[in-house]
Amino acid sequence: MRSDADVVIARQRGREIASLLGFSASDLALIATAISELARNIVLYAGSGEIEIGHVEQMERRGIEIVARDQGPGIRNIPQAMRDGFSTSGGLGLGLPGVKRLMDEFEIESRPGRGTTVTVRRWTR
Amino acid sequence: MDVPVLKQGPFLIATIQAALNDADLNKLRRSLVEQVGRHRSRGVIVDVTSLDVLDSFAARTLRDIAHMTGFRGAETVIVGIHPDLAFAMVQLGLTLEGVATALDLEEGLAYLNERTRRLGATRPLPSTRAGAGRPASVAPRPGWPLAVTRPPFVLPREEPRERRRAKPAPEGADPETRRDLP
Repeated sequence: MRSDADVVIARQRGREIASLLGFSASDLALIATAISELARNIVLYAGSGEIEIGHVEQMERRGIEIVARDQGPGIRNIPQAMRDGFSTSGGLGLGLPGVKRLMDEFEIESRPGRGTTVTVRRWTR
Repeated sequence: MDVPVLKQGPFLIATIQAALNDADLNKLRRSLVEQVGRHRSRGVIVDVTSLDVLDSFAARTLRDIAHMTGFRGAETVIVGIHPDLAFAMVQLGLTLEGVATALDLEEGLAYLNERTRRLGATRPLPSTRAGAGRPASVAPRPGWPLAVTRPPFVLPREEPRERRRAKPAPEGADPETRRDLP
């Protein structure tokens, strides 16, 4: 991920993979939107990073896992970043909490100065 | 990727045809705000039927377009938000506050027609404003700029002009510039 063009590529790839995994059309929109937000965060805050999209299986259920990783400045205050309406870039201020609502599972790991990794999963219904 | 913008009478119709990146969206915004002036448009329709993702940046850009064209005297209506996108937008927490939306192009045109009906097809030229409601201090007088007494071009359509003239002006208001802002 380096530019806003990559944001479009990432969400298109994610949509293709999710479609192969059997997600509904409505889920595809949710997943593509979540990838778009995560990818944009990388481009916006870290400059560059990577998005890994894969499938996960856990006891009878199948899902998609998206890992967004960067070596950017990191997030100093995660609880604050997870609050609706908080943003440091003059954006809409609903990046991360919004992504959390779009997906079933959400994990975030960040160290100031070292980077951020966000992992999200959504299961097929 | 450029978004084709079609001029349809007093309206502009921008049909988003593929996945747009942020730069494309910014370009569309700049282009629409500029074209509203060039074509003296009364309304703008942005058709997003083909869009498969409407994320926070796209939503913000659509809102910007609506507000910016609003400052230029043209109303924007967003049409064709797919049900799946509407669902995703609500989950994400996005709003299009203060922006008109319609189900599809047809509804969007009907909405704009209704909103701009009494204003006529094009914006009034400076010369057509002289008269009723204008304070005496700025009434046309000898030496007034040429454009006031001799318009550089004529209104393409006569009919709406008559309709405007027939309407009595309310006290103190310039009937040609009065508009209902949302």
